[in-house]
Amino acid sequence: MSQAILEEITKDQLTDDRADFKVGDGVRVHLKVKEGDKTRIQIFAGIVISRKGGGIQEAFTVRRIASGVGVEKVFPVHSPTIEKIEIDRESVTMRARMYYMRDRIGKAANQVKEKRLVEAGRK
Amino acid sequence: MNVALLGKKIGMTQVFDDNNRLVPVTVIEAGPCPVTQIKSSEKDGYDAVQIGFRPQKEHRLSKAALGHFKKAGVEPVAELQEFRTNGNVELSLGDVLTVEKFESGQKIDVIGTSKGRGFQGVVKRYGFAGGPASHGSMFHRRGGSYGMCQWPGHVIKGKKMPGHMGDVRRTVQNLEIVKVIAEKNLILVKGSIPGSRGSLVTVRTAVKTKKAQA
Repeated sequence: MSQAILEEITKDQLTDDRADFKVGDGVRVHLKVKEGDKTRIQIFAGIVISRKGGGIQEAFTVRRIASGVGVEKVFPVHSPTIEKIEIDRESVTMRARMYYMRDRIGKAANQVKEKRLVEAGRK
Repeated sequence: MNVALLGKKIGMTQVFDDNNRLVPVTVIEAGPCPVTQIKSSEKDGYDAVQIGFRPQKEHRLSKAALGHFKKAGVEPVAELQEFRTNGNVELSLGDVLTVEKFESGQKIDVIGTSKGRGFQGVVKRYGFAGGPASHGSMFHRRGGSYGMCQWPGHVIKGKKMPGHMGDVRRTVQNLEIVKVIAEKNLILVKGSIPGSRGSLVTVRTAVKTKKAQA
């Protein structure tokens, strides 16, 4: 009963045009950045290493290596500051949360099993 | 103008505010609250307004209570509460207070009964550090010294000791209203409030807000 009320309140803030990305996918997150009275689009590209929560509280973490330093950003999935989310490449993962990516160094830090390669290998 | 309402805690969630930030909110179903009695200093010795909340079936109430509601001309309610006034209120018997008296951005106080935790030790109850867990330590979650010895010869009053925790009336002051949904009698308040979901809470205009904001 009370849960129904909570869902009702947040219903109109949920977005339904967010791309259906999964953990392991390489994504480009288009963010609206406000500078003075102008807004521009900033892109944060990386690998989705976790997606958790439900409803309006659902959030995802994008990890990338920027000038040799690992950078992670956590976004609410339904955030109005996100213009759109593009999927660059899909991948196959053995884990729901890819926190082991944090321990990887060098070339391996950006490597995930790509879905098209895995599927091609099966054939 | 100062307003007070009775309500029910629905639960917590998050909403995006005007700056696109995700803010934590508590949802309170407040009102409608009928005015059941207006007390005056001439008749009762003090000025107050009594309001009700939560409709109640007639057969669950005593004849005396039913008479009280009949006199005010309101539907029977389960909860009644009084609020002191300064005497000049523009309310009359049978008026119904709703969340429309509040607006978003306004500061409010929320009064409720905190969740009962039962008999708890000093570590949980007062945040004492406790002792080391291992290395032969035989002093784990105790509170340390209770005071001096022959003088004063007793434990000082108010010494923090284990005991019952929670289930007490608590007021949270100056909470911001994020949104008012009038058609559903809901208020969205930023932050948390005391009590479990479904518990009775009192919502009132903030008492200690700075004059400039009011």
